[in-house]
Amino acid sequence: MRPVEIKKDVYWVGAVDWSTIDFHGYSLAREGTTYNAYLVMDEKITLFDTVKAPFCEQFLETIAQVVDPARIDYIVANHLEPDHAGCLARLVELVKPEKIFVSPMGRRSLEAHFHPQGWPIEEMKTGSTLSLGKRTVQFIETRMLHWPDSMVSYIPQDKLLITNDAFGQNLATSERFADQVDRGRLKAAMTGYYGNIVLPYSAVVQKTLAALLGMNLDVDMLAPDHGLIFRGEADVRFAIDTYLEFAAQTPRNRAVVVYDTMWHSTERMAFAVADGLMDEGVSVRVMYLKSFHQSDVMTELMSCGAVAVGSPTHNNGILPFVSGLLTYMKGLRPQNKVAAAFGSFGWSGECVNIIKGQLADMNFEVVEPQIKVKHVPDQDALAQCVELGRTLGRALKAKL
Amino acid sequence: MDRYVCTVCGYTYDPAQGDPDGGIKPGTAFKDLPDDWTCPVCGASKDQFEKES
Repeated sequence: MRPVEIKKDVYWVGAVDWSTIDFHGYSLAREGTTYNAYLVMDEKITLFDTVKAPFCEQFLETIAQVVDPARIDYIVANHLEPDHAGCLARLVELVKPEKIFVSPMGRRSLEAHFHPQGWPIEEMKTGSTLSLGKRTVQFIETRMLHWPDSMVSYIPQDKLLITNDAFGQNLATSERFADQVDRGRLKAAMTGYYGNIVLPYSAVVQKTLAALLGMNLDVDMLAPDHGLIFRGEADVRFAIDTYLEFAAQTPRNRAVVVYDTMWHSTERMAFAVADGLMDEGVSVRVMYLKSFHQSDVMTELMSCGAVAVGSPTHNNGILPFVSGLLTYMKGLRPQNKVAAAFGSFGWSGECVNIIKGQLADMNFEVVEPQIKVKHVPDQDALAQCVELGRTLGRALKAKL
Repeated sequence: MDRYVCTVCGYTYDPAQGDPDGGIKPGTAFKDLPDDWTCPVCGASKDQFEKES
């Protein structure tokens, strides 16, 4: 890749991953992603973050178009997850940096990942500063956005905030700036990233953004470690407002009906529930779990105030894809949802109680009654499913 | 003495262990932690902890 000068003497030197769809083993990045790293050419040549290990050689070639990597003095690791610190060990060996800067929690994370021997590690707490020559870097810990080690780096002279995973998006593009791509596509990618990674820490997002805004930092560029860079005050504001909107999780007049099915009975019930929601004027998306990944569902749920979950009873339980989705969803801690459960069964019929229990565990408001149907739904049963959809729609509208 | 769990990151405060890095001696009950004590993992404040169920 070609380096891109994003500010005078500040270069994007990351890697574009056009091909990886499996993002971190639990979600799909259907449009690929990028691992952004930033090189600051000052009296102390400083690299902010690295890239995922398979891109190491390419990364070094990109840096070499700006400067011989061996001349790097400082490395800042804002976050130690392997997509950003994946080349750290290789770089330390090659560059022999004068210092490696991490947050206090980052030191623990670095030690547990790399088991380093004699690395020149220095901890930077919130408020710590580092002079690079013409520039200073101010460090701000952003614990749990989205790991304990996470921090951001602010360079006031460049009005630049390097935000690590915050504001990231999984988009592999030839463009480097958010204003160069379609805004709807950008927002969809921000939604997917937030909904699958940042969502559980929404309260931390609100607190951290309030603290950052309270610091009155003069920022005209947000440079995340995935996807596109926000430049100009309007786009910086857009990114922050979008995060505040995501974190608020205000219910919207939209629902997702998600299901798995064996002999299409639960599927027919899903369509009937969707009809009931539509009767109440709710916008609906139906998602079959053998066609859509759990992370697609979470992305969709970001813009929904209601969710209906369906599974047949199978061996006294529910189908594994539904079980997997509910486990995944619970961990991401979505808030302010109304929910419904439905499903078909052959002889025992535990499905709806299991689903209801898991939805209630997530503090969703679960509407009554759950609908279960023996073997194949008849017109009466489908009418009950339509009514369930209407009930869910009315419960949603009461929250809007 | 009751253990308390951080609702942000899942860390458990165990009074038997205390929080040596945060200067809290073993045997300190959760209620006796200073008001400005924060989660040693994620920095959450004391009011973001819940009693372990």
